[in-house]
Amino acid sequence: MSDSPDLAKLIFGRLTWDAIPFHEPILLWTFVAVAAGGIALLAALTYFRLWGYLWREWFTSIDHKKIGVMYMVLGLVMLLRGFSDAIMMRMQQAVAFGHVQGFLPPHHYDQIFTAHGVIMIFFVAMPLVTGLMNFVVPLQIGARDVSFPFLNNFSFWMTTAGAALIMMSLFVGEFARTGWLAYPPLSGIAQSPDVGVDYYIWGLQIAGVGTLLSGINLLVTIIKMRAPGMTMMRMPVFTWTALCTNVLIVAAFPVLTAVLALLALDRYAGTNFFTTTLGGDAMMYVNLIWIWGHPEVYILILPAFGIYSEVVATFSRKRLFGYTSMVYATVVITVLSYLVWLHHFFTMGSGASVNSFFGITTMIISIPTGAKIFNWLFTMYRGRITFEVPMLWTVAFMVTFTIGGMTGVMLAVPPADFALHNSLFLIAHFHNVIIGGVLFGLFAGINYWFPKAFGFRLDPFWGKVSFWFWVVGFYFAFMPLYVLGLMGVTRRLNHFEDPSLQIWFQIAAFGALLIALGIGAMLIQFYVSFRNREALRDHTGDPWGGRTLEWSTSSPPPAYNFAFTPRVHNRDAWWQMKQHNYERPTAAFIAIHMPKNTGAGVILGGISTVLGFAMIWHMWPLAVLSFIALLAVAIGHTFNYQRDYHIPADEVSRVEAARSELLANHV
Amino acid sequence: MSDIQAIPLPGQPSTLSFHLSEEHHPQHGTLLGFWLYLMSDCLVFACLFAVYAVLGRNYAGGPTGAQIFELPVVALNTAFLLLSSITYGFAMLEMQRNGKRAMLAWLAITGLLGAGFLFLELREFGHLIAIGAGPQRSAFLSSFFTLVGTHGLHVTFGIVWLVTLMVQVGKKGLIAENKRRLMCLSMFWHFLDVVWIGVFSFVYLMGVLP
Repeated sequence: MSDSPDLAKLIFGRLTWDAIPFHEPILLWTFVAVAAGGIALLAALTYFRLWGYLWREWFTSIDHKKIGVMYMVLGLVMLLRGFSDAIMMRMQQAVAFGHVQGFLPPHHYDQIFTAHGVIMIFFVAMPLVTGLMNFVVPLQIGARDVSFPFLNNFSFWMTTAGAALIMMSLFVGEFARTGWLAYPPLSGIAQSPDVGVDYYIWGLQIAGVGTLLSGINLLVTIIKMRAPGMTMMRMPVFTWTALCTNVLIVAAFPVLTAVLALLALDRYAGTNFFTTTLGGDAMMYVNLIWIWGHPEVYILILPAFGIYSEVVATFSRKRLFGYTSMVYATVVITVLSYLVWLHHFFTMGSGASVNSFFGITTMIISIPTGAKIFNWLFTMYRGRITFEVPMLWTVAFMVTFTIGGMTGVMLAVPPADFALHNSLFLIAHFHNVIIGGVLFGLFAGINYWFPKAFGFRLDPFWGKVSFWFWVVGFYFAFMPLYVLGLMGVTRRLNHFEDPSLQIWFQIAAFGALLIALGIGAMLIQFYVSFRNREALRDHTGDPWGGRTLEWSTSSPPPAYNFAFTPRVHNRDAWWQMKQHNYERPTAAFIAIHMPKNTGAGVILGGISTVLGFAMIWHMWPLAVLSFIALLAVAIGHTFNYQRDYHIPADEVSRVEAARSELLANHV
Repeated sequence: MSDIQAIPLPGQPSTLSFHLSEEHHPQHGTLLGFWLYLMSDCLVFACLFAVYAVLGRNYAGGPTGAQIFELPVVALNTAFLLLSSITYGFAMLEMQRNGKRAMLAWLAITGLLGAGFLFLELREFGHLIAIGAGPQRSAFLSSFFTLVGTHGLHVTFGIVWLVTLMVQVGKKGLIAENKRRLMCLSMFWHFLDVVWIGVFSFVYLMGVLP
């Protein structure tokens, strides 16, 4: 790269031209396609002069609604990446039998299953969940924004910085080949000397900062900023599940931070935490990472439970059955999620007593979860059910998740687990609960709250097409894996000898194809809805006949959410307001105190990406420089004391008068 | 729950009021938020303590705690840090009285004590590395250096923050924002003290036991 190799090594560290995958045609063509698409997108943004708009209205925005939407966009974009990995694995396993090696050599295949897991959990499920909580929670509790609006923007950009690093590993160097939790000693420097695990560590550490801060932010928001009259037991169930999820985030992510920092020390500083020599203990890593990892799955599922609770009450036109038991079930799951981590490695050999303890605590979790299922069923019982798209997802969830829950209880039996551990049965189980639980919930939530965010509903026809392809595709893709798992087929294999297994993998590949069509239909749904947005327009702000406060304001809500802070007397606050013939105020508006936009979050996120990249490639001077820059910008930001402004009363009057006119014309 | 209120007849106005007519001022959440952050940081330390508990006797044929810990130096170090918590307390008392100059003076003393603590800690680390008892030597030393070093990094960060705040108080005076920031740093500083008491008892005192 340069005349003096020492200088080049100092500046570029381990990075050389060899790191660019010219020799791998799949990656090269992907890169060409991504680069062409990226350049086209950038050119379009420039041509339509959208940069200023994006910067002012979105990137630097501290409005919780816009940040929520940006999280959703990030999650959906990363879903496409994570799913490309999935369909490549399904295709490989459907063909690679006997003398056919398929198109993915082990070196590449191992990176794909690692990237698939990491992306789907950290950069699809987490942003989608955080995005929905960000958008919905302040509206549901009658607040104007979150407690720390700047931190919210900063959290989003840190998550994006982590995602950017993971995406870079596709074209610069390589990704980890260790599986999504990077167990040592495989992830140690002796077995994985390349940059893959370092991409993993830095991507997750940087995104983890965002996740933790956003967790603290939403917790304080829910505790401190509820509208007057909204006691804890009058909070909407989604807000309750968001509260519990954020408790879990704040209490679990520090463990991930610590354990990944220790792994990084082993790799960078030569310490001996998880090495096989000099007193290290690899099983300590496995314990610690699952102490984070098990709460993590509840971090994902609890908000989905909250979404189903909102959807099922709205579309059954009934008050939610068993609100109190729903809240206590959520809290019990929150606590129990910390007492089950060892069921992920019964085979560690910690003995019958320990395994029994963790087996029993695991089975106990199915009790509050079962109570929730019954509550939803009883809410539907004698309800006036309308099968809108969010409700379809909810019903599909109840069936699918129950199956996934039952296979989970099977895995919780230690002797059974010894046979099923790391088999495809496990893979089928956790996809069963994560797709059938989390993802179905997120799709229900997207279809449910989309009109609130954008002012028009999503097209129901393409929503249903997407729904049927997804649900049928899911069963085709994962039921064969249960069968294969019971036959003893283990996970993470890129080639098989026994031809009798092939048919099951072919069925699973067909299922993945159906899911691809489901994703395609979802993209068409977005496009068609945007094109027909006038026909699908929601003028009332309450398109579904909702029950909670977010439906009391306009769609999309004004920057200040509510012209006057609502006063709450009932669990279903908006439902009660409607029953009491509530008339929204049309005069005597006052100025509203709001936080001001700032570019500090984008800049800090950008510098963090550079810092992470420099650490991954051992570019020490750049790492030091970017660290100093990070500190300087962060400290510089604290010297900005002008962080808020007032929306004048005239402005509020104008916005509210426009809404009055709209309502008068359409209702 | 007494959430069932009488529903008015159609067309009748409700007896309930459904919105405020003045600006709503929810309680400020900064101190709660910062306290939550401290608890999450506490969990990072909990993990490092747990790791030390598991690996702290894995000497791998290398030196043991009894061989390398110099309790008198560590005692002096501990005294510095405990004293700095007291001086930070005096700074906060001055802040309540709006005594800006006295408060800045106490903050400066706090910072110097913190720097003294760091100096002794780095001296200890340097000595250990020089005699071949660096963090690479054994799992015991890896976990020792990481636990104590993480605490030291926090103190370093606290000093940077302290200097920043001194500049900000100098420029803007004891305004509400700055008082809130000083309260946060106060929690942070005392938190580090509490963690150090754990380190001192658990690592050093128990470490020199045979």
